[in-house]
Amino acid sequence: MEISAKGQSSAESKTARRLTKLLLSPFTAVGRTAISWVNNSGASAIFLVLALKKTFWHKQLAKIVQQLYFIGASSTTIILLVGFFTGMVLGLQSYHALVKLGAQGAIGTLVALSLVRELGPVLTAIMITARAGSAITAEIGVQRISEQIDALDTMRIDPLRYLISPRIIAAIISFPLLTALFDLIGIIGGYTSAVVLLGANAGTYLHRVQSSLDMKDLTDGFVKSVVFAVIVVTVCCYQGYFTHMRQDSHGAKAVGVSTTSAVVLSSVLVLVADYIVTSLLI
Amino acid sequence: MDTPLIEFKNVTKRFGRRTILEGVNLKIYEGEVTTIIGLSGGGKTVLLKHIIGLIKPDEGTILFRGKPLNGMSKSEVDASLAQMSYMFQDNALFDSLTVYENIALPLRERTTMTKAEINRKVMARIEQTELTDSSRKFPSELSGGMQKRAALARALVIDPTIVLFDEPTSGQDPVRKNAILGMIAQYQRKFGFTAIVVSHEIPDVYFISNRILALYGRNIVFQGTPEELEDFDHPFKDEVIRSLEGLQKELTGLHSKRQFKVMYHGQMKRRALRDTYCVAVFKLESLDTIIEKLGHESAQEAIQSMGVFIDKHFGAIGGFSTRRSINEFVTVFPYSELDEAEDLLEDFVKDFQEHGIGEIWAGARERAAPGMCVDFIILAGLAQGQPIAEIETIIASAESKQKEIGRLRCAAGE
Repeated sequence: MEISAKGQSSAESKTARRLTKLLLSPFTAVGRTAISWVNNSGASAIFLVLALKKTFWHKQLAKIVQQLYFIGASSTTIILLVGFFTGMVLGLQSYHALVKLGAQGAIGTLVALSLVRELGPVLTAIMITARAGSAITAEIGVQRISEQIDALDTMRIDPLRYLISPRIIAAIISFPLLTALFDLIGIIGGYTSAVVLLGANAGTYLHRVQSSLDMKDLTDGFVKSVVFAVIVVTVCCYQGYFTHMRQDSHGAKAVGVSTTSAVVLSSVLVLVADYIVTSLLI
Repeated sequence: MDTPLIEFKNVTKRFGRRTILEGVNLKIYEGEVTTIIGLSGGGKTVLLKHIIGLIKPDEGTILFRGKPLNGMSKSEVDASLAQMSYMFQDNALFDSLTVYENIALPLRERTTMTKAEINRKVMARIEQTELTDSSRKFPSELSGGMQKRAALARALVIDPTIVLFDEPTSGQDPVRKNAILGMIAQYQRKFGFTAIVVSHEIPDVYFISNRILALYGRNIVFQGTPEELEDFDHPFKDEVIRSLEGLQKELTGLHSKRQFKVMYHGQMKRRALRDTYCVAVFKLESLDTIIEKLGHESAQEAIQSMGVFIDKHFGAIGGFSTRRSINEFVTVFPYSELDEAEDLLEDFVKDFQEHGIGEIWAGARERAAPGMCVDFIILAGLAQGQPIAEIETIIASAESKQKEIGRLRCAAGE
């Protein structure tokens, strides 16, 4: 009888433990993810600082120019296309909205401020992430899994200096320039839709663009683009560089997963950073 | 003995719960070719990566010229490791760079040499590794053998004092395997570096090695010369060496030295003490000249053809053969006296001059550069022995009686 009571109490405590574990599991998962995030954020920050420290070396210039071509010059077409059509859509939407209020004269203001303050830096960052960021992650990831990075180590060539630093510097230079290009072509796109296609007044549009923008808008936009550059290039390089450390996949699949993670994470972080930077600058 | 160049003392390495190396002790000496053999996935590459500093041990000490690496300053460690080059199993060539750029990379990034100096040095290595026509190609445009040579050229371009080769012959056909091993041996002699090779090309790798380290069951179970390994009695031999030797027999038709000895002892047991047998030693003369003029692959093709011809000819009449060194073969005629063996050799010489030497030249010519020409000289010596005598003594006696039995001089452009 006593034995049976003991067995029953043991079964009850087992069930209670299972129930507790089940109830706590969402919190455990959240905690684990949070710890992993903190770890990765810390590691990325150290990765960035170490790579930046290795920038100033006489043999870096050629590699920086090469990366400027890849990240910057080669992204020009996509930035021109996206910028132009973003401006056109802005012109179109704002024309129809403002006409109802009898304020179509403010189209230039709306287009210019939207582009320079927000859409220019954000969309440029996201477009470069999609075009160059993904390629950076994939290239470094393949170099990692095919032991090319180990080969650099064995040749006593610092992989951070050789692979990462030039990309960070090139991104910091390219992002603001491409943002400026995006802003400019976006304003032209807004002009095309609002003035050329819908018949808004050209003089008013251009005057409003000029008068509504001040230097702070431009510098804030550039500050954002530099912040985004650092985020995008660090995330993309970090994901590629540590492809071999992934727990969820290995080999070629790991390169694919790293590339996807880099693009998704960079895009989300760009939007989060946009809010934070805007709230600090405003 | 001198202080070892590299010494492992009780080195243990774990990945998660898996122990790869456990209390490994080993010594590698300067100026030698040391080969690490072992089963696939047994931790050979991990061991090699410890030497070059890509992996750190969990326990134990690695000493470089008698000084523990973990007790050195960072600059001392860097200086020690800077003397080493590493040739990866899969070459690890940069696929976005040409062969030339790959080879020039360590010089461009690590030295203050001028462009002209770099170019001179890189071109010298490219010529030495027979890659002149491929210098502007990307690694993906090269064959496996050429990629290996490009990786070798990159490893040697900084004039290292220690070169680590991780499975340098993997994925190559038998001729190329031997060509790569021959290349390693030739460069090791030429440049005087210490070579540490991870390989399972048994017994081919013995011909170029001064020392063998056997990794088995997470530990080094043997350290010594290839000859000492012959007498080593351990489960490692059954599991690793015999299986690989069996594979080797399939590839070349020749017995390994160990199989040869087993067959020899088996035959001699059946003989009376006063019975006689004969030994013939064949040699492809001036191998270095052949390599220099026709390249490693042609030389290996010639050696392989010669081995196959000897085995085919004498195997049919009860003889058994092995490769004794890189360019020497030994055949035992277990039931022949000297007169009979001389007749057999005479027949062989006739057959050899009619067909054999032509086959050797044909094999070599397939891989030689057009217009290249060289003399193929084959030597042979014969000696008689009795079961009581040591086989090595009879072989040495046959070796001392070697004379030319065949020569083929090609015409230029042939």
